Amino acid sequence: MNLTGADIVVRCLKDEGIEYIFGYPGGAALHIYDAMYRQDDVKHILVRHEQGATHAADGYARATGKPGVVLVTSGPGVTNTVTGIATAFMDSIPMVVITAQVPSHLIGDDAFQEVDTVGITRPCVKHNFLIKDVNKIAETMKKAFYIAATGRPGPVVVDIPKDITAQSAEYHYPAKIDMRSYQPKIKGHNKQIARGVDLLLQAKKPIIYTGGGAILSSAEDALVQLVDSVEYPSTSTLMGLGAIPASNPNFLGMLGMHGTYEANMAMYDCDVMLAVGARFDDRVTGELSKFSPNAKIIQIDIDPSSIGKNVPVEVPIVGDCNEVLLQLNAQLQPRLGEIGRGSIDQWWDVVNQWKSLDSLAYNASDTVIKPQFVVQKLLEITNGDAYVTSDVGQHQMWAAQYYTFEKSRRWINSGGLGTMGFGLPAALGVQLAYPDDLVACITGDASIQMCLQELSTCLQYNLPVKVLNLNNQYMGMVRQWQEFFYDRRYSHSYMDALPDFVKLAESYGHIGIRVDKPGDVEGALKEACGMKNRLVFLDILTDHTENVYPMIAAGKGHSEMHLKPSDGDVQERELA
Amino acid sequence: MMRRIISVLLENEAGALSRVAGLFSARGYNIESLTVAPTDDPSLSRMTIVTSGTDAVIEQITKQLNKLVDVVKLRDLTEGKHLGRELMLVKVSASSADQKDDIKRLVDIFRGRYIDVTESTFTLELTGSTEKVDAFLEALSQAEMIEVVRSGMLGIGRGKNALKL
Ligand SMILES: Cc1ncc(C[n+]2csc(CCOP(=O)(O)OP(=O)(O)O)c2C)c(N)n1
Repeated sequence: MNLTGADIVVRCLKDEGIEYIFGYPGGAALHIYDAMYRQDDVKHILVRHEQGATHAADGYARATGKPGVVLVTSGPGVTNTVTGIATAFMDSIPMVVITAQVPSHLIGDDAFQEVDTVGITRPCVKHNFLIKDVNKIAETMKKAFYIAATGRPGPVVVDIPKDITAQSAEYHYPAKIDMRSYQPKIKGHNKQIARGVDLLLQAKKPIIYTGGGAILSSAEDALVQLVDSVEYPSTSTLMGLGAIPASNPNFLGMLGMHGTYEANMAMYDCDVMLAVGARFDDRVTGELSKFSPNAKIIQIDIDPSSIGKNVPVEVPIVGDCNEVLLQLNAQLQPRLGEIGRGSIDQWWDVVNQWKSLDSLAYNASDTVIKPQFVVQKLLEITNGDAYVTSDVGQHQMWAAQYYTFEKSRRWINSGGLGTMGFGLPAALGVQLAYPDDLVACITGDASIQMCLQELSTCLQYNLPVKVLNLNNQYMGMVRQWQEFFYDRRYSHSYMDALPDFVKLAESYGHIGIRVDKPGDVEGALKEACGMKNRLVFLDILTDHTENVYPMIAAGKGHSEMHLKPSDGDVQERELA
Repeated sequence: MMRRIISVLLENEAGALSRVAGLFSARGYNIESLTVAPTDDPSLSRMTIVTSGTDAVIEQITKQLNKLVDVVKLRDLTEGKHLGRELMLVKVSASSADQKDDIKRLVDIFRGRYIDVTESTFTLELTGSTEKVDAFLEALSQAEMIEVVRSGMLGIGRGKNALKL
């Protein structure tokens, strides 16, 4: 079958099983847009800014596990996607970004709307392609999806000059692709796994530490089976929340800069650590020289370069987390009797002491709205079953701390890059994937203004996201750091001249509700969640001065946490 | 800190070189020299990278290189017996008879070659290990150096050891 390059691009998407693409047209992309017009298998979602397209595709991918797809024009269309591509890259999210390019003969001429797309995106993609031959489109698209979704996933950019999309070629979409230079290792090495199992069984103070990789590889069941059978204390990074249900008795909550006291202390004190799809990020480890000084570490990761990168590892296991955990469980189950239950029980006694500190307790108020309280109410009203996206800042940490996730792929946030502006477009992508589920975007007054224009997209496609704007009239997280580390010099962190968010939501055709009393929070949330077909923007005026606790300051170790000030230092606090 | 010679087979694709160069600059790795050219199999290029770093850094370098989708195979040649060669072209001014004699002596000792001669200049070619090439340059330093061009190192394993697909 002979098709134009543009039709081939779209047919590839269909044959790849792509349901939605997120895009924005422009000159170089017009042939492809014309091809979109000729079909209705692949649905196009018109965003209002290309950054929004990338975050929406990213949110869709995080919630479904399927690659997100973006289509943009050359030049500014491409540069606007860079933040979103880098966001997906840092969190290993599968995404294919199709970028139109100026016609081949103009490349290198500083043509109108020309940028070196491959060059600009190279440092923040898993791979990128510039297609120079119409006959290569189908194969390249197949490679792009294959690379994006396998191994350690990530974004792939496919740059296609306009003239290539006008030429025609025989269409054939390869069913399968084999690349000699790209062969991710899936199964773990059984001997290495056996060494890991030995260490786990001998442990006296073990901890299981899981990250986003456990979710990306769909290792939830194998992970829970492991945790339940060994009954070892377990913790998760920001990116891994939900893989182990928060209510699992072995789960200690999130670790890291704003993790729980028990999770961080157990990390510090452990003798054996099993890391599953977690990359020892600096926000997780704190000061490296003080990181888990006595731990022997077993690390499972599909990316060999993640293993031993920041922290020396005793037993490296390269492979897909799910596959490796299945192998590990098979070796471990018959030997469970070897676990020294006595020492594990003692370890739990210590951990439970730490837990009794209740490091997430906060001072409730009936005069000002505490942001933590809002998140807790949302949890209650949605039975913990909502998809929650967030932006970046204090609200993100409170969402992670107080919305206790029972399932994976429900917590959608930019962990690695920390991109303000992510929350709303990501919510849009999630809502498209799950039209009947409740999708809440927990955001802040600064972050929401970074991709606000997507409110318009939500209206066009009838996406009834619930926006919870935890409005503290500050870039709260910046203010918190200035309070702690800059002697309260609040340099440019006050959000002056905030818009009237209620009117703003209304002018976009949505419902806006302002909430300024603690007593009204529950009612407003119920009302918003009850409006199944409307986007509701809740502008919730929260305590300006609230800080995120506990906290490990930069340069500190896991055993040096700051707790809520009224409770004094850890040393002074009674362990119940 | 040890000097390492890493040989890389990569897809002979546009942009493959900049992926490698970009990786080194983005992650702050050292590059002493980098050479690249197609191999007997025109779909493959071979690159020789000379770098240095602690063992941990070198481990990351090889892992990060392997992670590049264009990289097919690589080896740290310094882990085994290997040979490294550089090519150097030097243009020196040689006007007096004395100068010409001095240079000729050095060229003989170092087994260099004359590849171009004019009334007042010699252009010389020399291949050898980095140490030899350095020594030659040092010995020449008396002469009036006009231009020096070095290829950077090419590396290959000794004996049956080969980096092939
Ligand atoms: C695009 C971008 N710019 C700057 C930052 C740095 N930053 C991190 S948190 C934050 C403040 C966020 O304020 P807000 O959205 O109001 O949330 P709050 O902390 O008040 O909950 C800033 C500016 C960032 N993460 N992303």
